Amino acid sequence: MADPNTVDPIHQFAIYDIFTLGDTGISFSNSSLFMVLTVGTIAAWLLLSTAGRKIIPNRAQAASEMLYEFVANMVRGAAGTEGMKFFPFVFSLFMFVLVANYFGMVPYFFTVTSHIIVTFALAMLVMVVVIGYGFARHGVKFLKLFVPAGVPGYVLPIVVPIEVISFLSRPVSLSVRLFGNMLAGHITLKVFAGFVVTLGSLGFLGVLGAVLPLIMAVALTALEFMVSTVQAYVFAVLASMYLNDAVHPSH
Amino acid sequence: MVMPMDGQLLVLAQAETGNALGETAPTIEVEEVGEPNPLTADEQELHATTEADGDAHHSDVFPPFDATTFGDQLLWLAICFAFLYVVMSRMALPRIGGILEQRKARIEGDLAAADYSRKKTDAAIAAYEAALAEARAKAQAMAEETRTSIKADIDGKRAQVEQDLARKLEDAEARIAATKAQALANVDEIAADTVQALVGQLTGEVSQAEAREAVSQVSKE
Repeated sequence: MADPNTVDPIHQFAIYDIFTLGDTGISFSNSSLFMVLTVGTIAAWLLLSTAGRKIIPNRAQAASEMLYEFVANMVRGAAGTEGMKFFPFVFSLFMFVLVANYFGMVPYFFTVTSHIIVTFALAMLVMVVVIGYGFARHGVKFLKLFVPAGVPGYVLPIVVPIEVISFLSRPVSLSVRLFGNMLAGHITLKVFAGFVVTLGSLGFLGVLGAVLPLIMAVALTALEFMVSTVQAYVFAVLASMYLNDAVHPSH
Repeated sequence: MVMPMDGQLLVLAQAETGNALGETAPTIEVEEVGEPNPLTADEQELHATTEADGDAHHSDVFPPFDATTFGDQLLWLAICFAFLYVVMSRMALPRIGGILEQRKARIEGDLAAADYSRKKTDAAIAAYEAALAEARAKAQAMAEETRTSIKADIDGKRAQVEQDLARKLEDAEARIAATKAQALANVDEIAADTVQALVGQLTGEVSQAEAREAVSQVSKE
């Protein structure tokens, strides 16, 4: 960062240990720090804003209630009233991804969701819940998920493998979508910001030329905020739709 | 940044198992894969010591694919997400749900109270109007009664007065008739006197009885 000509857009994703817990080999990295910050912020916000339990809400409480109703309507719409038992789970997912994405927008902050292992772990968690609950609730009937109703028997040998593959690709698409969006957005932002610095160091004409990437960087920042929100929403919506399969496997 | 893809994936896979076993296995396995990389030694050092920012080219591994960090990330993610889930499902969401429920109940209660009040008002208005109508009818009945009683009173008095008048009229007529009869009787007497006087003047003496007979004879004709 010190040398303007060597702005490294990848550096922002580097994970480094802040401290190591004794000789256990468990280390607390910047990623861990921002996970803790994310979770702490969510919990603190929701608990503090609703501490008054006001009948007529103030702004903070109204925001928390809106988040609650937004996710509640999402889950109810996708998975029905029976799917509401997964509401805390989807709400946690949504809030975690949303706040982690937003934290990533702050300069020098680490983006937890820009690491594939985190998004993949969250996606696998959804899948494990879907499969676990599906079999626990419906037993073998859960496999009807792969046999669409109303399809003639001779097509099934083709349809069933497709359904299975599409089911298995869900965690991949779910995790790669979020990871890719966050990663690409942050790299693009850094590259354009790097242009500003590089051009700005080239004298007067360079400063003039730097205006263009600066405008781009500002516009991209706005876009990235939108992407952060949309990706959190998409993640939560898809999670509710997959959970719907666990609740109602025969579609 | 990411060049030796297959070699790296090997590192990734092995490093994950190494990490699961704990300790600093990944660096050793990097060497076992035998990636001909001049930075390997550097990398070893970096994983051994905690490295702050500064040198951007600390590793040839693209950070999101650096499997040496996966174990710790997963561990902390599990801790954080579990904490978040517990706080959300046990505290925050029930509280917000309770607030919304309470508000809904309050609104419904208020609406019900408003409805009750309106029904009460409607009943009061109906009662008032009924009372008004009753009072009006009563007033009318009273007016009617008063009117009839006054009329009866007037009629009675008029009848009495008329009766009185009629009696007085009759008396008067009777008196007039008597007076007339008396007067008529007096006329005969006067006529007889006059006749007697006249005849006495003209022809001589005439008795009173003869004069009367003559008068009555004339008045009969």
